[in-house]
Amino acid sequence: MPIHEQGYRRYRGGKAGGRAWVVIMTTGIRTMLGNRLFVILLAGAWIQFLVRAIQFYIAANFSQAAVIAPRAGTFRDFFDWQDIPVYIVTVWLGARLIAEDQRVNALQIYLSKPLTRAEYIFGKLGILVSFLLFITWLPAMLLLAVQVVFAGNFEFLRANAYLFPAITLYSAIEVATVSTTVLALSSLSTNSRFVGIMYTGLLFFSKSLYGVLRFITGSTRVAWIGFGNNLTQVGDAIFRVPLHYQTPWAVSLLVILLLIAGSAFVLERRVRGVEVIA
Amino acid sequence: MADSAAAGEAREAREIITLENVTVMYGRQRALADVTATFLPGAVGLLGPNGAGKSTLLKTLLGFVTPSQGRMRVLGLDVAVSPLEIRARTGYMPENDAHIPGMNAVSFVAYCGELAGLPRTDAMQRAHEVLFYVGLGEARYRNLETYSTGMKQRIKLAQALVHDPDLLFLDEPTNGLDPRGREEMLELVRDLAHNKGVNLILSSHVLPDVEFVCDSVVVLDKGRLATSGPIAALKQPRGQMFELRVKTPGELTLFFARLRADGLECHATDEDIVRVFVPGDGGARQLFAIAAAEQVQVRHLKPSVPTLEDVFAHAVGQD
Repeated sequence: MPIHEQGYRRYRGGKAGGRAWVVIMTTGIRTMLGNRLFVILLAGAWIQFLVRAIQFYIAANFSQAAVIAPRAGTFRDFFDWQDIPVYIVTVWLGARLIAEDQRVNALQIYLSKPLTRAEYIFGKLGILVSFLLFITWLPAMLLLAVQVVFAGNFEFLRANAYLFPAITLYSAIEVATVSTTVLALSSLSTNSRFVGIMYTGLLFFSKSLYGVLRFITGSTRVAWIGFGNNLTQVGDAIFRVPLHYQTPWAVSLLVILLLIAGSAFVLERRVRGVEVIA
Repeated sequence: MADSAAAGEAREAREIITLENVTVMYGRQRALADVTATFLPGAVGLLGPNGAGKSTLLKTLLGFVTPSQGRMRVLGLDVAVSPLEIRARTGYMPENDAHIPGMNAVSFVAYCGELAGLPRTDAMQRAHEVLFYVGLGEARYRNLETYSTGMKQRIKLAQALVHDPDLLFLDEPTNGLDPRGREEMLELVRDLAHNKGVNLILSSHVLPDVEFVCDSVVVLDKGRLATSGPIAALKQPRGQMFELRVKTPGELTLFFARLRADGLECHATDEDIVRVFVPGDGGARQLFAIAAAEQVQVRHLKPSVPTLEDVFAHAVGQD
């Protein structure tokens, strides 16, 4: 009996439009959570949270340990240390998001469905943003809660109420910057390893270039050349700690915004159902 | 006036696709040039040699490529205005190998269903059904990267079908298939068009495939419309077709030249077998007269039914 005689039924149910980006995001998250190594990495990204929580506990319960009591700067330092897992997750996950789809011509499949290119990009971005917020914003916020629980009062929180918006704003800026940048790089290649190398190259080359220029000029005003320096500078301003470099934080913010705009431009050009080589 | 407008609307509703002066440019390269055509309901073959613009036309209809001029309507909807509504009601099976990495077949097809707007449980149920329908029921939990070429063709068909489209775009669906796989794929496609009420556009350069599945064809050549219409009507001779075996003392090409000079169309199908189309009422008598004049012996002659190959060859000027 031919296979097709087993039947094909017309679909009588309903269809809902406009949620394709949610489908892409949730499916991507589920797929990554099925990867044991990735889950171990995510768990590893919470080690600093545990260390800080123990630090807060000791500081709250032993007066001799007042020197390690949390300050507003502690939360700034927390983000500095989280840069390492952020980098690993960005390269591991972000590099493959579009590159892998391009390798197997999946863009044609996606864009033949009722979704726009923007929905596809937001869906992909949503996967990376979710995991990055999971290892930056969420542990930082929980640390604030842990501080209150261990201290048994709201004194620290009242004195540093700006930390809530500061953590949220800095997480948003950092995650948006690295996500859009790596996604744009991912759209430029069909090889995710090459994308990872490009992203790493961007980080280290811009940092090295800054080092050379600082040596020549003798000033840190050129810090905006370094990709990561701009995030550091804006982070310092948001957390109200002394700035690392002489570059005005507004200049660093402008560089970050230009980087995001440039990434959006690249994505707009590259994410298409057909590659036109004119 | 109102009657003619109503008739126009009724005609447009009956035609699944209408193209009006569609031109598509890839940089300076003109991929489609001023194409005006209509696609009737049922199975329509999109024929043409490589580079004729078949895939470009499908991608333009899906909104992947924006035409530099012209208007297109699919299922009564304007492509420029309602691309998402069109894609919700169409399925696309691309020519190249295409899937989503890291998934097994059932997850992939269900995911495509969800992308097309199906609720998750419905998408999963449809995925199982469609995979059985295309013959991948037993392999539905295997990772797609382990699939053979034939299985990959079937999975592309399954993802195009999962949301139950009203119109399917199939771009070279038998590419890379062995004879049995090709036959099964064509059976599936034919079943969809003739028994399941799915309209489809079958883009191919393999004429027997198109002839097996389709009721009508649109033939493109070098980005232009060469001919279109129901296959039966196109094959209707406006003269008589003969198949003959000849023996000539000189070059066969001289005989061909003489035939063409007298307005007959001919092409060789084998070493000494020639298919000749005699327009009008001249029939075999005219053919024998020319052969006698050219001292060519006609060893065998039989009336022949024009094939789609003849229609195609005539349309793209490959006589």
